[in-house]
Amino acid sequence: MRASTGTPTLQPVIVARSLGVTGLVVCFLARLAAQGERPPLLVWGGDAEGGAPFVEADPADPSQVRGFDVEVAERIARGLGGGRTARFLQVQWSAIDQSVERGDFTIGLSGMEDTPTRRARHAVTIPYFEFREVLAVRSQDRDRVHGLADLRGRRVATLGATIAYDLLLAGRESTGVIPVSYDDDVHPYSDLVAERVDAVLLDHIIAQRALRRRGGTGFVILPQPVAVGHYVGVLARADSVLRDSVDGVLREAMRDGTLEHIFRRWGVWDVSQGALFDRILRSGAIAPTAGPPPSPAPAPAPAARAVTAYFPSLARAAGVTAVISVLSMALAVAVGLGLASGRLYGPGGLRAATTVYIEVVRGTPVLLQLFVIYYGLAGVVRLPAFLAAVLGLGLNYAAYEAEIYRGALQAVSSTQLEAARTLGFSEAQILRLVRGPQALRYALAPMTNDFVALLKDSSLVSVITVVELTKQTAIYATNVGSWIVPGALCAVVYLAMSLPLAQLARRLERRWGAP
Amino acid sequence: MATALLVIDRLCVRYDTRDVLRALSLEVARGEVVALMGPSGVGKTTALRAVAALQPFHDGRIVVDGEVLVPGPVPPESRLQALRRRVGLVFQGHALFEHLTALDNVTLALRHVLGRSRAEAEAVAMELLASLDVGTRASAWPRQLSGGEAQRVAIARALAPDPPLLLMDEPTAALDPARRGALGEALRRLAKGGRGLLVATHDAEFARAHADRIVRLLPGEVAGRG
Repeated sequence: MRASTGTPTLQPVIVARSLGVTGLVVCFLARLAAQGERPPLLVWGGDAEGGAPFVEADPADPSQVRGFDVEVAERIARGLGGGRTARFLQVQWSAIDQSVERGDFTIGLSGMEDTPTRRARHAVTIPYFEFREVLAVRSQDRDRVHGLADLRGRRVATLGATIAYDLLLAGRESTGVIPVSYDDDVHPYSDLVAERVDAVLLDHIIAQRALRRRGGTGFVILPQPVAVGHYVGVLARADSVLRDSVDGVLREAMRDGTLEHIFRRWGVWDVSQGALFDRILRSGAIAPTAGPPPSPAPAPAPAARAVTAYFPSLARAAGVTAVISVLSMALAVAVGLGLASGRLYGPGGLRAATTVYIEVVRGTPVLLQLFVIYYGLAGVVRLPAFLAAVLGLGLNYAAYEAEIYRGALQAVSSTQLEAARTLGFSEAQILRLVRGPQALRYALAPMTNDFVALLKDSSLVSVITVVELTKQTAIYATNVGSWIVPGALCAVVYLAMSLPLAQLARRLERRWGAP
Repeated sequence: MATALLVIDRLCVRYDTRDVLRALSLEVARGEVVALMGPSGVGKTTALRAVAALQPFHDGRIVVDGEVLVPGPVPPESRLQALRRRVGLVFQGHALFEHLTALDNVTLALRHVLGRSRAEAEAVAMELLASLDVGTRASAWPRQLSGGEAQRVAIARALAPDPPLLLMDEPTAALDPARRGALGEALRRLAKGGRGLLVATHDAEFARAHADRIVRLLPGEVAGRG
């Protein structure tokens, strides 16, 4: 589950989905109003869901955040002078780049990786931390796996839109690994232990934290890093002057030992940090990490080329969306019919049970249900992600279908049913020959409606590692640094799937209905 | 009367504490049209529904051609097959199956209850529709039919399984005077063919013109014969 920080947030991507939007707005306005009386601020963006040691909600006071990135932000604010204080703004990690350009905050700090793409699009500070991309494997595989090359045909998990993910994508061709992208950095490790994936490639800080959480058992971290990268602060492209000031503050903090002090306090200091500081203070320039060593830095491609380059993966993702939607809908229709007939024809106990199912499933978020089916039940039954997605969506929509069918069945006039009884039809025949066919006609329009809704809700399954159309679009958007072309393309594909459906439904309605 | 097709003996129907029917007794013989008359709300429809085993009754007895209905809840359909073969009911609102054409409304029971082939069923249905003067409307949908046409299709549907007893609820409600006369003649022909007809109506003129006997139902009273 997503960690809650308790800090007022303004996230462009998540806001629409999450609860308490109004509360957030009120809170935000209150803060704006209060701002006038306060000393100058350095608003910095980060994702507390990333957790310690980067940024996490303070267990003692969950309205506050703590972590080394928090202290780095405070050090920068102090160094910039003028009595400035740092204020944290919660932003979804994958949206930090877009958000800083929008002007939601001044600097993004949350284990932001130094990549050529990021340098090309934003004003990026000098690196302040050096991390190693390390592989984690199950304990029993420690003697067999020494690097990506030993993982041919195996599923390797990581966080989406990271250097590690790019490394895995490149590795798909060169070493035959199967990249699995996650939205968070906790579940890759639990799925590693649960044998849903065979390895995890992530920053050494994250790997070590995950291992500590598991009490040092379940998996091992391979000593040989796959790549080395750096964390930087990200500012809007137009803020390069401010960025230079921030660089000055960071250099000072490297010289006066405050950065070392911060990292030591959070237990992430090691010799490579000292070496990094030396290199920076001596030369000032460090090359960004561009994914796998041989691969060239992805230069910002012209729009047309970027579109064609992403077309195959978008098409594949659209296929995943279509297949998941069709299978989920088929399941929803079958289960929904069962529930509706149970509710209309069943004995008292069955009627009560179906009512409880329908109300519970309709009354709780499908996102929660997907988490429970995929992660919550992992101890009992370890479902593959795709199956969990179909089950989650299908069983959720079944509740809605059931109510549609119940309403449609009840809409058939009772005198027609009585007429059928006087003609000698059995109850089953009445359902099959008289009630069912008419109910189907009533149900067709709301069913089409539901299927279109399901098509779009299928984007939720990205939280359980299924890369479908919306997820792929987000990856694409992060990569090209804009939502305009990917967003438009994604919309076109969704419409291409939903419009013919509506058309088909109208034709069926005409055919089944009396002219 | 040993030969009566339908015998209703002291039928009582109660809704909550209100007596809708109190000891209604009547008989319908084969070849006879009996009109059940009375103002609205007096229980005419209730009596027909009890005979068609669509609703329970609390006292009395109903016998249709040897099949006996007793007080208590309506028996399950599996125990009503013999009764269903003996009683046809034409609803006031005709209650045609809206997803089927006029022809298919008539053939449905022939095919799925009596197991006739489609060709056989359609031949029977076409003959029935033609005899009721709606042969040309066989392929029409119910909502395309006028009130009189829909009613005659509903009669054809009720007659298709060939029940000896036909119950009709307010058959003249949707008809103009000319159609009323035609309907009356059609009912006489059915009776002449050996069926018994029980027609609930408040149309005194129609009843006087076409019924062999009239049974009057008055609120809260035992029915008297006319």
